[in-house]
Amino acid sequence: MTARPRVTVGTALLGAVAAAGVAVLVLPLVALLAATPWERLVDLVADPAVVQALRLSLGTAACATALCLVLGVPLAWVLAHDGLRGTGLLRSLVTVPLVLPPVVGGVALLLLLGRRGLVGARLEAWFGVTVPFTSAAVVLAQVFVAMPFLVLAVEGALRGADRRRALAAQTLGASPAYVLRRVTLPAVAPGVAAGAALCFTRALGEFGATVTFAGSFPGTTRTVPLAVSLAMDTAPEQAVAMSVVLLALSVVVLVALRGRWVAGLPGARAARSRRVAS
Amino acid sequence: MTPRATGTARARLAALVGCLAGALALGGCGAATDARGAPAPTGPGSPLEGTLVVLAAASLTDVVTDLATALEQEHPRLTVETGFGASPALAAQVLGGAPADVLVTASPATIARVTDALGGTAVVVAANRLQLAVPAGNPGDVTSLADLADPALTVALCAPEVPCGAVAATVLARAGVTPAPDTLEPDARAVLTRLRLDEADAGLVYRTDVLAADGLVEGLDLPAHVQATTDYPALVLPDAPHPAAAAAFVALLTGPDGRALLADSGFDLP
Repeated sequence: MTARPRVTVGTALLGAVAAAGVAVLVLPLVALLAATPWERLVDLVADPAVVQALRLSLGTAACATALCLVLGVPLAWVLAHDGLRGTGLLRSLVTVPLVLPPVVGGVALLLLLGRRGLVGARLEAWFGVTVPFTSAAVVLAQVFVAMPFLVLAVEGALRGADRRRALAAQTLGASPAYVLRRVTLPAVAPGVAAGAALCFTRALGEFGATVTFAGSFPGTTRTVPLAVSLAMDTAPEQAVAMSVVLLALSVVVLVALRGRWVAGLPGARAARSRRVAS
Repeated sequence: MTPRATGTARARLAALVGCLAGALALGGCGAATDARGAPAPTGPGSPLEGTLVVLAAASLTDVVTDLATALEQEHPRLTVETGFGASPALAAQVLGGAPADVLVTASPATIARVTDALGGTAVVVAANRLQLAVPAGNPGDVTSLADLADPALTVALCAPEVPCGAVAATVLARAGVTPAPDTLEPDARAVLTRLRLDEADAGLVYRTDVLAADGLVEGLDLPAHVQATTDYPALVLPDAPHPAAAAAFVALLTGPDGRALLADSGFDLP
């Protein structure tokens, strides 16, 4: 008797169901690629309206990612400290935008920052500032839906990091801020980068909150997903071309990250120990 | 005998409801008094059954829903399923093979894409005109189309790719106004929402949308020489699974009851 696992009816069935699972996720993308007018793709993507939407999408997603890093890393640091009370509740709150339909996020942002919103009404009365229909509104919508990805990834990295080095630095007299800046953050930098890349990709794909809160105007608020939705009814080939570009961008980011997308996962942890060991 | 008796009773009820609706419509709008067209070729005895699928432009939601209910009451074994949305999206669904019986769009150009591909003849059932719309109380103090060019005002228009945007472009060109919109929405109802929420100072939407907004939005009529309308063609799809029921629905839409409902909702009649 060998220890090699035998293929039984049960494992074959499991394999077949798993293959069906892969098909559900991959076949729609195959259909998209099959429908792509490859010979005209460059022309379609070089259309000024598409270039404008792409530029706006990349710019706003980069701003949103920067904002998420500034706000999200300290938030992740707080969440990673089990000693603090209420972190469980806080983590649930941070996770809400992950499971909330984005259009609901858009409605909520509008009720907060719209011209008659809770805060928006005062912004207009005191400073003459209105947020909807501006690129800033796009960035805010993206931050709302994308920040949880960054926070949870960075929190996982912080939890996976070796605490002993931070403790050693502390016993040598370093302040908590100094330890965070010079010891902990460099150690979790790959995790932060992975979180930022995920955050950026999610921001690129944002649709529901943007169209509801920011509106749709070329060059100001019409990002690629909004342009895809509009083009689907009027110029389907253009919609397909833009979809392929967004798909390519997302795949590039995910391939660059490979198994590292949540630093706290066992695979990611093993990869990190190998790096530390080498 | 019992089912038939029930059917007759329901038909009587439906007729009564129809009369009441018609009477209300007549009281509300004189245009309905010159209603023409033969009565719908249906009756309690017509053997219409199954599920009729009607796809219609979002602006027809109320009218088509009412007519669907009336047709169902007249034919107890018939179910009418309705789908509403932006006309180009509905046309794309039909061209993509969605099993529908009747399509009513907010622009002849949109339905032409369907008849060119599938055949069939569309019949114009109504027309809609634009109004300059402002939130209740007119906070932006908007008085004419020229105000749409004021960069200080927040202006919402339909995207030129969709029917209401195309009509708006015609109106603005005739008026010689170059607008300064802050957002180009995917349909007229989205523009209406911006106005209802007071997020925009002015926009161009259909007169029917202003009426549907129940006082939250005020509409200003446009000067006749710049006004442009869009026709609403209805089409019995050539490969409709239920051609008889589809014909009955279009007959209802073009008949006295349909015309009364359309006029009551603010549509112009052909």
